[in-house]
Amino acid sequence: MTSSSVRRHKATGLAVLLVGLLATGFGYAAVTGTAQASAPTANASQIEAGKKLYLEGCATCHGLAGQGSSDGPSLIGVGAAAVDFQVKTGRMPLAQPTNQAPRKAPVYNDEEIAALAAFVASLGAGPAIPTAEQVDTEDANLAEGGELFRTNCAQCHNFAGKGGALSYGKYAPSLMDATPTEIYEAMLTGPQNMPNFPDASLPEEEKKAIIKYIENLQQGDSPGGLALGSLGPVTEGVFIWTAGLGLLLAAAVWIGAKVR
Amino acid sequence: MSVIVKEAGRAISRADERAPISSLLKANLRKVFPDHWSFMLGEIALYSFIILLLTGVYLTIWFKPSMTEVVYNGSYAPLVGIKMSEAYASALDLSFDVRGGLLLRQIHHWAALFFMAAMVVHMFRIFFTGAFRKPRELNWVIGGSMFLIVLLEGFAGYSLPDDLLSGVGVRIVAGIIEAVPIVGTYLMFFIFGGQFPGNDFIPRLYTFHVLLVPGILLALIGLHLILIFYHKHTQYPGPGRSNTNVVGFPLFPVYVAKAGGFFFVVFGVTALMGGLVSINPIWAYGPYVPDQVTAGSQPDWYIGFLDGMLRAMPNWEWEDFLGRTWSWNIFIPGAVMPGILVGLLLAYPFIEAWVTGDKREHHLLERPRNNPTRTGIGVAAIVFYGILVINGANDLIAITFNLSINQLIWFTRIAIFIAPPLAFLATRRFCLGLQRRDREKLLHGRESGQILRLPHGEFIEIHTPISDDEKAVILSKEDYPVVAAPPATDENGVRTPGLRAKRWRARLSRAYFGDNIQKPTPAEIEAAAHHSHEEHDHEVEELHAGGKEVPAVLGPDSH
Ligand code: HEC
Ligand code: HEC
Ligand code: HEM
Repeated sequence: MTSSSVRRHKATGLAVLLVGLLATGFGYAAVTGTAQASAPTANASQIEAGKKLYLEGCATCHGLAGQGSSDGPSLIGVGAAAVDFQVKTGRMPLAQPTNQAPRKAPVYNDEEIAALAAFVASLGAGPAIPTAEQVDTEDANLAEGGELFRTNCAQCHNFAGKGGALSYGKYAPSLMDATPTEIYEAMLTGPQNMPNFPDASLPEEEKKAIIKYIENLQQGDSPGGLALGSLGPVTEGVFIWTAGLGLLLAAAVWIGAKVR
Repeated sequence: MSVIVKEAGRAISRADERAPISSLLKANLRKVFPDHWSFMLGEIALYSFIILLLTGVYLTIWFKPSMTEVVYNGSYAPLVGIKMSEAYASALDLSFDVRGGLLLRQIHHWAALFFMAAMVVHMFRIFFTGAFRKPRELNWVIGGSMFLIVLLEGFAGYSLPDDLLSGVGVRIVAGIIEAVPIVGTYLMFFIFGGQFPGNDFIPRLYTFHVLLVPGILLALIGLHLILIFYHKHTQYPGPGRSNTNVVGFPLFPVYVAKAGGFFFVVFGVTALMGGLVSINPIWAYGPYVPDQVTAGSQPDWYIGFLDGMLRAMPNWEWEDFLGRTWSWNIFIPGAVMPGILVGLLLAYPFIEAWVTGDKREHHLLERPRNNPTRTGIGVAAIVFYGILVINGANDLIAITFNLSINQLIWFTRIAIFIAPPLAFLATRRFCLGLQRRDREKLLHGRESGQILRLPHGEFIEIHTPISDDEKAVILSKEDYPVVAAPPATDENGVRTPGLRAKRWRARLSRAYFGDNIQKPTPAEIEAAAHHSHEEHDHEVEELHAGGKEVPAVLGPDSH
C-alpha cells in the first residue's frame, strides 16, 4: 500500500501529521498528553463531520452515542489519541471480530481521521493526539531509551521490537512499521492487551527516549551480519541445522565419494 | 602420493633419532580405515571442538569474568552510560573494540552449535547402524557422556556474557536447582554463593567453561579416538566385507588427506558463517537485570528440548504442612526427566544386549531395516525430542503462524504421548516391508516394470536379477533368535531363578525379532533361481515369506 509505505518514512510521517494538524486548526496542538479535556478546542463543524463518519462506520459496534455495545467498547473518554491510533493503523473500523484487530492500511484519510478523533474527543475528555514537539526525539537519550524499552516493552514486543506471542492467540505486534506518533499514542492509550503508560509513570522525556530507541531498532543495523530475523537463538538453531549442517554433510558426501 | 609418503618417511626417521616413535607410527600409519561419508560425522564434531579451543583462547584474552558493576563507555552508542557487569562490558568490548573480536566470538558460537549438531547426527549414525554393539559399548557411553558434558559446556559459555537473554536462562536454571526437594534452596545458595544472581556465579562458570570442561573433554575425546583405533572402525556390509576384516584405505596417506581436507572445509564453513551471519547479538539483548525479560527468550537449540519440557509441564505444586513448596512443575521437567533420558541413552547398548542375549562381537554394521525395533525406537526418540524442541519455540511458532500458544502447549502435551509410539509402529512396519522386499529381490530379482504376456494369456512381470554387490549387502543380515522364556520350574520342580526377568526378556525379545523376515537360506535361493521361469513359483515363495516356521539360522558365519 503506498500510503503505508510513505508513512513508514519518519520525515513524511511528520509532514503528514503537520498537514493534518494545520487542517484541523491549531487548537489540538495546545493540549498536552495528560488527560485534559480536548473537546472544547476542536471546532464544531469538524465535530459534525466526524459525527457523520462515526454514525456510518463506527456506531454499529460502538453505539450511537459512543456508549459501546456487545460488539465494541465504549469510546467515551478514550480521547483523540486512541482514535487517531486505532484508525491510522487500520485497526478500526474492525472488519470482523477476531482475536485482535490487526494492523492494516487505513480506511480513512487524514482529514477524516482528524474529524473522527474530534468527534470522539467531544464525547468525553481523554488523551489528545501528541504534538510534533512531543514526538521530536532530537534531544532524547538513546541509551536511556533502550533501558526503558527493555524494562517496559521488551517482555511483549521482543528485544528488537520484532513482536511476541501473548496467550490465546493474542500477540504484541512488531514495531517496525509504527510511526513516532503511533508509538506515543500506543503508550498513552494502551490498546487492547497493552498496558497504558500515562505521564505519571512514564514522563514525556522517557517516552521520547523510548521512541528514539525504537527508531534506532527500525533502522535494523546488524553489526554481526545477517540478523536472521532478530528473533534470538531459535532462528540460529534453524540456520545451523539447515544451511550449516547441510553444507558440511554435502562436503562429507563429496569427500567420502571422491576416492572410489 | 608417493612423494608425500617418502617425505613423511624421511620426517619420521629424523624424528625417530630423537624419540623412538617410528615403530609405533609404522604399525599405525598403514592401519586400514573403511570409507563412508557417515563416518565423517564424528569428525565434524572433532573439528568443531578444535575450532572452539582455538577461538576460545582468543576470547579469554579479553573477556573479564567479573560481576563488578561498571558504566559502559565503549563504542556501541545505544548502551553508552548504562550500568552493567564487567563481564557484559568486556563482551561488548570484544564485539566492538577488539580487532577481530566479533568475528572470533561469532565463529566460536557457531562452532558450538555445529559441535552439538554434529554429535547428534553422529549419534544417530552410531545408533541406527548398531555400531554401539559389543565391543563398542564403552565408547558409546563415553560419547554419550561427552554429549551431556558439551551440553553443559555450551550452556556455561552462553551464560558468561551476562546479557539479558542468557541471564534469563541462568535464572531458570537457578529455579530448577531450587526446585530440588528439601535441599534445593541450600544447593542454589551453595552454587551461586548466596542469593540469585550474586557475584560469584559468572567467575565460577568461567572456570568451569574454560578449564574444567575442556580438560575433561580433551581426555574423553582422546579416549574415544584411542578406542576407535583399538577396536578398528566398523564398516558397512558389502562384497568382501565380513565381521573379521576391514576393507578400506590406509590411514596414511588417504585418510589423513581426506580428514585434513575436511578439517579445512569445516573451518571454512564455520568462519564464513562467523563472518556473515549474526549469532548471539548480546548488544541487542542488553545487560542482565533481574526485573527485565524479553519476549522470545530462548536458549541455544540444544537446550531447547528442556525448555520445551518446562513449557509443556502442568503447573503441579504442593505445599506441605511445614510450608515448604514442592515444585513438581519445575523439578520433573527440569531434573527428573533429563536424568531419565540421559540414563536411557547411556544404558541403551546394555539394554539391547540383555534383550537379545547377544554376546558376539560386531564389526559389521547393521542396516537399520534389519533391526526394525531398534530403528523404531530411534525414530520414536527423534520424534519425542523434536516435539519438545518445537514446543520450546512455541511462542515464535504461535506468532509466525497465527496460532494460539495455549493450543500449542496442549498439542505438545498430547502429541508427546501419542506421536512417538505411532512413529515407532510406522517405522517398524516400514523396516519389515523393506526386509520383505530384500527377500523378494534375492529370490526373484528386481521388479523391472516390464509386463510379459504368456501364450496362455497370463500376465507376469519380468524380474531382473540383482548385482552381486547388492546380494552381498542383503545377505549381511543377521537373523537373531527369539529368546524363549524358560519353564517356570525345572525338571526337579525347582523354581527357575529370576523367572520374572527372564519372562520379560522373552517378551521383549519377541517384540524385537518375532516379526523379522527370515532371510532365505542358500538352498532357497538356489531353488528360486532354478525355478524362476516356472509358473507357480510365486505361490511357493509366498508360503515361506512369513518365515516364522523356518528355523532360525544363527551365528556370525551363517552367511
Ligand atoms: C465490527 C465492530 C467495530 C467497528 C465497526 C468499529 N470498532 Fe472500534 N472497536 C471494536 C472492538 C471490538 C474494540 C476493542 C478491541 C480492540 O481494540 O481491538 C474496538 C476498539 C476501539 C477503540 C479503542 C478503545 C480503547 O479503549 O482504547 C477505538 C478508539 C475505536 N474502536 C474506534 C473506532 C472507530 C473510530 C470506528 C469507526 C471508524 C470503529 N472503532 C469501528 C469494534 C468495532
Ligand atoms: C503486556 C504486553 C505489552 C507491553 C508491556 C507493551 N505492549 Fe505495545 N502492544 C501490545 C499489544 C497486545 C499491542 C497490539 C494492540 C492492538 O492490536 O490493539 C501493542 C501495540 C503496540 C504498538 C502498535 C504497533 C503497530 O504497529 O500498530 C506500539 C507502537 C506499541 N505497542 C508500543 C509499545 C511500547 C513503546 C511499549 C513500552 C513502553 C509497549 N508497547 C509495551 C502489548 C504490549
Ligand atoms: C565430543 C564429541 C564427539 C567426538 C569429537 C566424536 C568423534 C568420533 C570420531 C572422529 C569417530 C570416528 C568416525 C565416525 O565413526 O564417525 C567416532 C566414532 C564413534 N563415536 Fe563418537 N564422537 C563424539 C561424540 C559421540 C557420541 C555423543 C556418541 C554416542 C553416544 C559417540 C559414539 C561413538 C561410537 C560408538 C563410535 C565408534 C563407531 C564405529 O566404530 O563405527 N560419539 N567418534
